[in-house]
Amino acid sequence: MQDTENKTQALDGKNVVDEGVEKGLARLTPEIISRVINQVLTKETGARFKAYVETCMRCGLCADACSIFLSNDRDPRFSPAAKVKQTILEMIEKKGNVSVDFLRDAVRISHTECNVCKRCSMYCPFGIDIAYMMLLVRRICHKLEITPLYIQDTVNSHSATLNQMWVKEDEWIDTLQWQEEDAREEFEDLRIPLDKDGADIMYSVIAPEPKFQAGLIYQTAVIMHAASMNWTMPSTPGWDNSNMAMYTGDFEISARIAKAHYETAAKLHVGKIVMGECGHAFRSVYDVGNRWIGWAMPPFEVVHAIEFYHGLLASGRIKIKEKYKKSVTLHDPCNISRGRGLHDKAREMVNMLCESFIEMTPNREHNYCCGAGGGVINCGPPWKGTRMTNNREKKEQLERTGAEVLIAPCHNCHSGLEDIVHHYGLKMEVKFFGDIIFEVMEKTIFQKGE
Amino acid sequence: MHSFIEFIMGPMVWISFLLFFLGTVFRFFKVFKMVNEKENFIYTYMSLKYSFRSIFAWLIPFFPVSTRKSPVFYGISYIFHILLLIVPIFLLSHVVLLEESMQWSWITLNDTVADWLALIVIMALIFFMIRRMVVPEVKFLTKASDFVFILIVALPFVSGFLAYHQFFAYQWMVMVHVLSGELMIILIPFTRFFHMFMAPFTRAYTGSEFGHVRHAKDW
Repeated sequence: MQDTENKTQALDGKNVVDEGVEKGLARLTPEIISRVINQVLTKETGARFKAYVETCMRCGLCADACSIFLSNDRDPRFSPAAKVKQTILEMIEKKGNVSVDFLRDAVRISHTECNVCKRCSMYCPFGIDIAYMMLLVRRICHKLEITPLYIQDTVNSHSATLNQMWVKEDEWIDTLQWQEEDAREEFEDLRIPLDKDGADIMYSVIAPEPKFQAGLIYQTAVIMHAASMNWTMPSTPGWDNSNMAMYTGDFEISARIAKAHYETAAKLHVGKIVMGECGHAFRSVYDVGNRWIGWAMPPFEVVHAIEFYHGLLASGRIKIKEKYKKSVTLHDPCNISRGRGLHDKAREMVNMLCESFIEMTPNREHNYCCGAGGGVINCGPPWKGTRMTNNREKKEQLERTGAEVLIAPCHNCHSGLEDIVHHYGLKMEVKFFGDIIFEVMEKTIFQKGE
Repeated sequence: MHSFIEFIMGPMVWISFLLFFLGTVFRFFKVFKMVNEKENFIYTYMSLKYSFRSIFAWLIPFFPVSTRKSPVFYGISYIFHILLLIVPIFLLSHVVLLEESMQWSWITLNDTVADWLALIVIMALIFFMIRRMVVPEVKFLTKASDFVFILIVALPFVSGFLAYHQFFAYQWMVMVHVLSGELMIILIPFTRFFHMFMAPFTRAYTGSEFGHVRHAKDW
């Protein structure tokens, strides 16, 4: 026990022992290693990867983009280009003949020291996509079966249940009905319509909502009801929009997850998919998952909660009783600011909802990742200590705002920021937009022509 | 000796440019072949509008946030890259040679100005070299080949500068100057010097993905 305690608090990832990684490494032979690496490098990469590798002039300008580099006192091994050099570049140079120790480092670097947030692409004069190369390292780790234990478990869950948290079908339906029943205390005829054919909106969430945060579904149901939306939630697998396989390089399962989600929407003949406040799920359904099943853009209109709630507030479908009093700041999740440019709408919404808004700097496309994204938090307890070390810069950015409330419209960010707040003893409450809207809205039903 | 100088200042110049041209065509051919074979989705996401938006944004000095974070390096780098092209193209002695052999001619730089500009290029290269040795995050990424690149670019400028001033061994300096210049031209398509052609494409692709798909800026 003492031993595990020490490991969780280790500040250098090199001291962390991840059981899943170790068991995987023990199974490897030099033949397997070189075969897998060369297979990925020759068959699964093309001109883009070649151009990135051959165009990088090693100028080091990407370093300042990386909050993990900044959090580690500018230790050169944490700069984005250094992560490439220590992983994929060496694999190329050694033609795949790398050691087990090298691979242990490669797993750590690609899975826990990079949030694949793409901020560095905006600092590289050539726009080299280093996140893509880190995902390629993770792809190799996946094929070598040395993915960190906890995130692999979520992928196993995706594979078996099509949701991230081993939620059983009856538990899912039961949770929705339970929330519906509770929400009837506010509106006696409120419903969470299941499988309503031809609804305008299919609302989808990530599996942690029914698992741990069912109250969020309650809040959304109240908002939907008050705004008189024609909406539905699916009762069948495919309801979960999250996708951890996208981050472990298990592209086959990643594609299956995204496909099941779109199929569910297609089966219900809905107009569009509206998704809860999650960033990586949005990246999967809006940007990545569709590509793996051959759609240039998603086959359905995919609307993130920010855009959706913004529409409800701007059109007056939801009315504000009294603005939120406490001072708030806003964290821009990478996957919906750099990933979808929703940062301005988010700010408009904060101003519609709250009295006092304090801007965080840097912000919008330049915001720092929460430090949990890109599957990093999903690598679980063994890596929490190093994650906190790697998030020091983020903590300082939060602290500088001096705000009482931190709005984070993304689940991953939410959990990561909660960890930072507790670890560093910041006096901040972390909230979703849904929490704030729920608190300040008029609990009356919108009538057309109002 | 005389005939050797005639060779490197005559046919070898054309051979160098021919290799440069063929190498560049070959590199692009290979890139496009690979894109067509494996990643033709790139064409789907490439957007002319957002490609140029990104490229132009990155051409404006100190417009991208990144350039403002490292103003000294970017400032020197901007000037270096512009002079690297301007000085040799508009140098009087280069234009005179072309005029003598091909009757091609264009405006030229004043010799004294060109002399100072060459000195700036050399100083920029010294700056890059020192930066590679002292800035930890750059030092970590630096390999021997990075110094070789700096040397290859420095040679024609240093030897040209020395030859112009005729400090010593004029004839040798001219030879080093011509040969190293030709070497650099030949190496462009076959080394990371090729970033001069490839960078606009990587920039354009990232600009397209950010602008067209993700509705975000990338600078």
